[in-house]
Amino acid sequence: MRASQDRSNNDLCRHWGLNHMEKRAHFSSKTVPYLLLLPQLAITLIFFYWPASQAIWQSFLMEDAFGLSSEFVGFDNYRHLFAQPEYYKAMSTTVVFSLAVGTLSLACALLLATQADKKLRGGEAFKTLLIWPYAVAPAIAGVLWIFMFHPSLGTLSQPIRALGLDWNPLLNGNHAMTLLVLSATWKQISYNFLFFLAGLQSIPRSVIEAAAIDGAKPIRRFWTIVFPLLSPTTFFLIVVNVVYVFFETFGIIDAVTGGGPAGQTTTLVYKVYADGRVGGDLGGSAAQSVILMVIVIALTAFQFKFVERKVQY
Amino acid sequence: MAGVSLDTVRKIYAGNVEAVKGVSLGIEDGSFCVLVGPSGCGKSTLLRMIAGLETISGGEVKIGDRVVNEIEPADRDIAMVFQNYALYPHMSVYDNMAYGLKNRKTPKDEIEKRVKEAARILAIESFLERKPRALSGGQRQRVAMGRAIVRKPQVFLFDEPLSNLDAKLRVQMRVEIKRLQRALGVTSIYVTHDQVEAMTLSDKLVVMSGGQIEQVGSPSEVYRRPETRFVATFIGSPPMNILPGKVEGNGRVSIGGQSLSVSDMRDGLAVGSDIEVGLRPEDVRAGATGQLSMNVDFVEELGATQLFHGKLGGADFIVQAPTGQIAADAKQLSLSIDPANVHLFDPQTTKRLGKA
Ligand SMILES: Nc1ncnc2c1ncn2[C@@H]1O[C@H](COP(=O)(O)OP(=O)(O)OP(=O)(O)O)[C@@H](O)[C@H]1O
Ligand SMILES: [Mg+2]
Repeated sequence: MRASQDRSNNDLCRHWGLNHMEKRAHFSSKTVPYLLLLPQLAITLIFFYWPASQAIWQSFLMEDAFGLSSEFVGFDNYRHLFAQPEYYKAMSTTVVFSLAVGTLSLACALLLATQADKKLRGGEAFKTLLIWPYAVAPAIAGVLWIFMFHPSLGTLSQPIRALGLDWNPLLNGNHAMTLLVLSATWKQISYNFLFFLAGLQSIPRSVIEAAAIDGAKPIRRFWTIVFPLLSPTTFFLIVVNVVYVFFETFGIIDAVTGGGPAGQTTTLVYKVYADGRVGGDLGGSAAQSVILMVIVIALTAFQFKFVERKVQY
Repeated sequence: MAGVSLDTVRKIYAGNVEAVKGVSLGIEDGSFCVLVGPSGCGKSTLLRMIAGLETISGGEVKIGDRVVNEIEPADRDIAMVFQNYALYPHMSVYDNMAYGLKNRKTPKDEIEKRVKEAARILAIESFLERKPRALSGGQRQRVAMGRAIVRKPQVFLFDEPLSNLDAKLRVQMRVEIKRLQRALGVTSIYVTHDQVEAMTLSDKLVVMSGGQIEQVGSPSEVYRRPETRFVATFIGSPPMNILPGKVEGNGRVSIGGQSLSVSDMRDGLAVGSDIEVGLRPEDVRAGATGQLSMNVDFVEELGATQLFHGKLGGADFIVQAPTGQIAADAKQLSLSIDPANVHLFDPQTTKRLGKA
């Protein structure tokens, strides 16, 4: 019975070109490995290399006003881009936005995680409750925040006005930015929270107890023991959050402010969309995408080269 | 330096688990006290209450003359060595040892002096710049000890510090801990479930079971005169044989009809009443003219000694004898026992029925 099963297993393997007898997976046919790789290769090609090369090619073309013909213009699109004050504005907006969201969401998540960690070590489990915000789609998260902060509709706008602040995110760029930062942060906290909590839970309890006996009060314990031990998690989250703020906040910006008022909340990614889709400047938009692509590649390289090596202990 | 005293200390965990049920104990200044007992008997809990890592549900813990119930671990002037060492993984060995001193704002040159001194005593000078992950288990153990001694605390607390080491290293570290404690003269409380460690290290041996103290005494007292059947079978390896017997009269009991005289026996026990008779495997002599006879089932070789397993009066029985003293193929042994080496216990209360 067993022997016959083994034999049929071997037949099956041979049928698929796998040689079962070797320790390593060994292919007797040359085409099978390529066949197996094909789906992954196809996805990468169709969804990354193809659009990326399209974007690069597009960035060297200029379309006429009706989009009927295009001509090769070399680096003209890039020159135009860097001549626009709006582009620098979008850059600084992006930097402010990422710093604000990154700092806020990491700090809040860490604070929540340390509190939850205390409780969980006590035995209570309510981890799942704290993950819920992450299950909300970005656009819905945005709309939720509009409901709260819309100048005339928002439930929280009246109390804010009562405090003497002329709250109007539709007209005031700073207010709009605050609203965006809040909603993007709120969305990201739960993700950061989970990683921080997992990081905290992996710190042995006895290490914290040893520090307590060694005379470190809770605040000092946090900064000298817990925080350094969390640093791998923190660096990972910084990179993830930067990528999040750069690219995935598109949905929230579109839902909450649409890049306004007067382009004051237009980040680099939103500008790609605004110029290309809405403004019809495909060449300029493509040039921006290419620059963004370079930024992400640089960030990732930085993460691998410096951060990963430095954080080890 | 200071002694430690416990007065009806209790611990009730959430869910009404009573882990420590009113323990009273005095530990003299400078002595080495070992808490020993089976897993779950509450010895770690008791130690952690002394350290201040668990709240005290009832009773009083004193270090020196000071009641410490409400005092933070940091302010109790104690140091603890954990089973998993609990070193700070991101700090060098030097910083691990200096951390407690830095927190107490000790001057830099004083820190350096003390760390160097501790490193010299423990022979870890060459690893001071390394991180804990680059050390072997035994070296980590030394660093954990070093972290405790640099602070010059009043009390050392150890929670099974050797149980993660291999057998050979365990014996070596055991000796070193004892030597270090003697040299420093710091009151030490040491938790273990290993009775050999307990016997060899302690000045004062505390045997615990089910959240209570079974017996306190010097290791030899506890070995020679166990107060309960639990202590009798827990201390000593192989464990003491316990046989059902009957009272024959003052100083005499019988086991399966075979009579035995006893020197430490309470007077006035009712003749014919049930009694438990404890005989240590190493106290039994096999000879031509014994009072008891035993059937041998099999023999275990331990090198210097042999263990003869068999049946006596219907119960399992072990005899330990130096190798070669008894023929290894013996089927029947005739055993004699010094009346001073017979222990009697009440079958109901399990308490010793010795002379008052
Ligand atoms: N945090 C806790 N909550 C509830 N019960 C606990 C807690 N910690 C320990 N206990 C219980 O208290 C009892 C004593 O535990 P303790 O850790 O003191 O045992 P121990 O003697 O050190 O055992 P071991 O040799 O296995 O370390 C056990 O029954 C344990 O289940
Ligand atoms: Mg324990």
